[in-house]
Amino acid sequence: MSTAAAPVLARADLRVTQARVMRSEWTKVRSLRSTVFSLLAAVAFVIGLSLLVPTVTVAHWSSRTAAEAATFDPTTRSLAGVFLAQLAIGVLGVLLITGEYATGMVRATFAAVPTRLPVLWGKAAVFAGVTLALTVPAVLAAFLIGQSIFSSKSIQTDLGQPGVVRAVLGAALYLTAVGVLGLGLGALLRNTAAAISTLFGLLFVLPIIVHFLPTSFSDAVDKYLPSSAGQAITHVTADPLSLSPWTGFAVFCLYAVAALAAAAVSLRRRDA
Amino acid sequence: MIEARGLTKEYGDKRAVDDLSFTVQPGIVTGFLGPNGAGKSTTMRMILGLDRPSHGSVTVNGKAYREHQAPLQEVGALLEARAIHTGRSAYNHLLALAQTCGIPRSRVDEVIEAVGLQGVARKRAGGFSLGMGQRLGIATALLGDPKTVILDEPVNGLDPEGIRWIRDLLRSLAAEGRTVFVSSHLMSEMALTAEHLIVIGRGRLIADTSVADFIAGASQNVVKVRTLDPEGLRAVLRGPDVIFTDDGQGALQVEGLTTDQIGIAAGSAGITLLELTAQQASLEEAFMGMTNDAVEYHADAHHTGALS
Repeated sequence: MSTAAAPVLARADLRVTQARVMRSEWTKVRSLRSTVFSLLAAVAFVIGLSLLVPTVTVAHWSSRTAAEAATFDPTTRSLAGVFLAQLAIGVLGVLLITGEYATGMVRATFAAVPTRLPVLWGKAAVFAGVTLALTVPAVLAAFLIGQSIFSSKSIQTDLGQPGVVRAVLGAALYLTAVGVLGLGLGALLRNTAAAISTLFGLLFVLPIIVHFLPTSFSDAVDKYLPSSAGQAITHVTADPLSLSPWTGFAVFCLYAVAALAAAAVSLRRRDA
Repeated sequence: MIEARGLTKEYGDKRAVDDLSFTVQPGIVTGFLGPNGAGKSTTMRMILGLDRPSHGSVTVNGKAYREHQAPLQEVGALLEARAIHTGRSAYNHLLALAQTCGIPRSRVDEVIEAVGLQGVARKRAGGFSLGMGQRLGIATALLGDPKTVILDEPVNGLDPEGIRWIRDLLRSLAAEGRTVFVSSHLMSEMALTAEHLIVIGRGRLIADTSVADFIAGASQNVVKVRTLDPEGLRAVLRGPDVIFTDDGQGALQVEGLTTDQIGIAAGSAGITLLELTAQQASLEEAFMGMTNDAVEYHADAHHTGALS
C-alpha cells in the first residue's frame, strides 16, 4: 500500500476556477457513452432526413398541388431533421444534470465545487459549445445534400439567397438553445422524467392547447410561445403571424435564460 | 479541525440533527458513532456544505466549507459509495473531479494505485462491486491530499482484508497530522480504529470521549467465581463497595473487586476456587445501552445503570 500523501500537490494552486470547472465538465461530456451517442444521433437525424424528405419531395413533385407549390421552401424542407434532432439534444441537456442527481454523482460534484454555480455555467457553456460545433456542420451538410437532390427538378436554392444562411445556421442555434433550456429545466427540477415532460410540454403541447383557444387570442399569443419564437429564425421568409427571426430567437433564448436563472437560485438555496 | 456549534437540521417537524456541538481534532482518528438514522450522514453533509443547517454552524479549519478557495485541499470526503455516475469509468470520474481545481492527471493515477483499482480503472463504475465502489470513494477522498478526511461508513461492503486496509489507512492519515472523521454504526470497529469518539442518538450528542475512557466506563467489572465454599468466600471478600449476586447456577457474581484481589483473598483463606473469570460487558452492549437511553420512549427497559 502506498501512502496517501502527495508532496507534489503541497505547493500547487488548487483553487476552483470557472475555466477549470469547464474542463471538468468537458471530461464529463466526452466520457459518457450515452452523451456521445445522443449527439451522434442528433447529427444522424439532421443528415438522414435531408436525404429522405427531399428524395420523396422530388419523386412526388409532378403530383404537387398549387398550394404546395406556392409554400414550398427548399431550405426548410432540407432541414426537416432538426425537428427530430431537438428530441435528442433536449433530452441530453436534461440528462446532463439529472443523471448526476439520479446516480448521486452530484454530491461529489458539489463537494468539489461547493459554490455550485460554476458547475451550472460550465455545463451550459460546454454543452452549448459542443452542440453548436456539431450541429453547424450538420445543418450545412443537410442543406447542401437537400439542394443537390432538389436540383434535379431545378427547385433548389443556395446560400447566396436572402435569409438562407441565417435560416440554416439558425437551425443550429435553435437546437443549441433547446439543449440549454433542457439543462435549465433539469437543474431546476432535478428529475429526468419531470424535466423531459416539461421541456416537450413547452415545445409541443403548449402550442396545441393555445390553438384550441379563439383565433383572436391564439394569434396574439402563439408567436411568443417557445416553439414559434425559436423556430422563427429557421424560416427563410417570415410568417406574418410570427416574430421576426432574430426577435423570435431572442425570445426563445429568454426562456432558456429564465430556466437557467431559476435553476441557479434553486441550486444556491436547496440542499444538494 | 472541524468545529460544530449548535448544529441543527430540521426536515419539517422532525429534527434530524439537534443542537450538536463538538470539535474534531487533527492528528487522531475520531469515530462518529450512532445507530442508523441517528443523523450521522446529515451532519457530514452539513460539514461539506451540501445541506444547509437550520440553526447553528460548522466550520472546517476555521471557515465554512463553501468559503474555502481550494475545497479539495481542505476536505476529502466519502459520503456514499455510489456518488458516482454509473456510466463513467473510475479514471474519468476522478479526472473530472480533479480538473475542477487543477489537480494533475499524475495524482489521479496515484490515488487509483493507492486504493488498488488500477486493474479496473478504465471500466464503467456501474459494474463495480460494493467494495470496489468504496475504494473508488476513498480514492476520491484522497485526491486533493486534504488536511481533513471525512468518511461515512467506509468499511461497508469491504471484506476483512479491505477492512484492515481501511484501518491502517485511517491511522496513517491521522499520523500525518490530518483530521480524520469516520462514521460507523459498529462500536467494535470504532474501538479498533478510533482514538476519540463522538456518539450521537436521535440527532443529539450522547458522548464526546476518548475510546479508552469509553471502554473503561463500559466494563462492568463483574467477576464470576465458582468455589466449593461460597459462604466462606463471601465472608473474606465482604466490603463496603462489594456486591454479591448468586447467578442461580452454582456460581457467584462479584462486583467491585478484580480477579487478582479475589484470587489472593481466597488463597490466603485457603478456599479452593474452581473458576475465576472477569465478565466484561461487550462494547457493543455498552453502545446499545447508551443509545437506547437516547431513544426517549423506552429508556427504562434497557437501563442497566452500568454506564451512569
